Amino acid sequence: MNLITSAIGQGLLWALLGIGLYLTFRILNFADMTVEGTFPLGAAVAVTAITHGISPLGATVLAALAGMAAGLITGLLCTKAKIDSLLAGILTMTAAYSVNLRIMGKSNVSLLGKQTLLTPLRNLPQYFDSVFLGLIVILIITAGLIFFLQTDFGQAFIATGDNPVMARSLGIKTDSMVIIGLMLSNALVGLCGALIAQSNGYADINMGIGTIVIALASIIIGEVAFGDLTLNQRLVAVTLGSIIYRLILLAVLQLGFSTNDLNLISSIVLALCMMLPRLNNVLHIKEPFVKGGLSHDK
Amino acid sequence: MTNNREPMLQLKDVSTVVNAGTPNQTTILKKINLTINDGDFISIIGTNGAGKSTLFNVIAGSLPVASGQLFHQGVDITTMSVEQRTSFLSRVFQDPKMGTAPRMTVAENLLLAAKRGEKRHLIPRHLKQRLPELKQLAASMNNGLEQRLNTATGNLSGGQRQALSFLMATIKRPDILLLDEHTAALDPHTSQSLLHATNQRITEDHLTALMITHRMEDALTYGNRLIVLKAGQIVADFAGKEKQQLTLDQLYDFFED
Repeated sequence: MNLITSAIGQGLLWALLGIGLYLTFRILNFADMTVEGTFPLGAAVAVTAITHGISPLGATVLAALAGMAAGLITGLLCTKAKIDSLLAGILTMTAAYSVNLRIMGKSNVSLLGKQTLLTPLRNLPQYFDSVFLGLIVILIITAGLIFFLQTDFGQAFIATGDNPVMARSLGIKTDSMVIIGLMLSNALVGLCGALIAQSNGYADINMGIGTIVIALASIIIGEVAFGDLTLNQRLVAVTLGSIIYRLILLAVLQLGFSTNDLNLISSIVLALCMMLPRLNNVLHIKEPFVKGGLSHDK
Repeated sequence: MTNNREPMLQLKDVSTVVNAGTPNQTTILKKINLTINDGDFISIIGTNGAGKSTLFNVIAGSLPVASGQLFHQGVDITTMSVEQRTSFLSRVFQDPKMGTAPRMTVAENLLLAAKRGEKRHLIPRHLKQRLPELKQLAASMNNGLEQRLNTATGNLSGGQRQALSFLMATIKRPDILLLDEHTAALDPHTSQSLLHATNQRITEDHLTALMITHRMEDALTYGNRLIVLKAGQIVADFAGKEKQQLTLDQLYDFFED
């Protein structure tokens, strides 16, 4: 039971990463590699700020702002300098590695004995602190995004990803939309990094490796498991996908795999999920599980 | 700034060049002069490569001019961006996929277009309140579009999608409407019904429109003016009575070489 609670708590905290990537990957049609640098950036900023005596909440906000700045850089590289979107993300991601080392001063910084956002929750039963914190953050962020996407501005943002030529012909400044989307997305990823670092009790320079796969897994498991949904429901599905993904990992680890195998397992899980629609054609797996997939077909 | 006695759109000595500075440098439009008056509905014909699409790209702002100037109601718009020009100009593309957002619903697309050229704020869009109005608008196309307001646009037929593109271009009255062979990708029946609806809308709303077409019959039937483009120049410009008396044979003569 404890392990399951822990997995749910981790799923909730990591869901922010999936939601962040959803904004760029699914809505803007932009495969943003920046997140692999932004995630440890958020962790590095939060942990360094906390060890320098800044309040956990302040440190977490700083981490989100740092993520936002990384998104801005990728956005400018991509829209103003006209660098290919994938490459722009890789450039920022690579640069972030050095920046993260500079911020932390060494490759691993511990939060041992420091106050974190989880400290006030320490009286809850074991692992329920992450569940509680995760739930609150996810509720606020999801509600905020649902509101945002239903505004005139949010609709213009969605249209930019859906059909940029049309968006421009309606007077939407698509470059600004891409930049703002990347900033928003990476702010969420930075926030996620800050929360995970506080939950783990440390920041590590290598903690970004494989994050894009984890984010994609949350998105795609959510889509595969829940099928045809409205945009708002899809945002919620990302969080559920993130929790399911943690439960799958838990199950796999219970089978005796080592935590060193996690990135391999993550990739296999994601690859299997992405293959499902194709496998369905060959193996005729039952409908609802596959129906939703990636299209909006009714 | 604007003065209604000024022409709606004026092109002065507009030339465009592609591959400038390379051995492949080609001049597409050659010193085009064109004055479009308020309420003009102009059919544009010409062979492939005559510069019809280039002319539209120049007017819409997606292609810079090499020399010359453009004026909208007397205001120089030569250096205005595509986004800025959308405040007075709208366009329907030939490809139905170009003019609509496939994953957004019909109603969402219409709402987006209703704010063409306006700043978009962080305020709720009020989709539900506007549905009855959008439904009525969609019904004016007579092709069942009003039944599909909540359908993702990607699931519409080509004809419905193009009808939607046309509605989106006119939901907020444009000063200038560009129709770039907007019925060419449709079957003959659907094409005719969309052209009919187009003509009706342009006449009723007294719109100023330019329509590229490859069908001579349509060029003769619709509009009060007809322009023939050839090798980047306007070789004929018929208006009013002169246009009404034109025959198909006369038009085909322009394509003899």
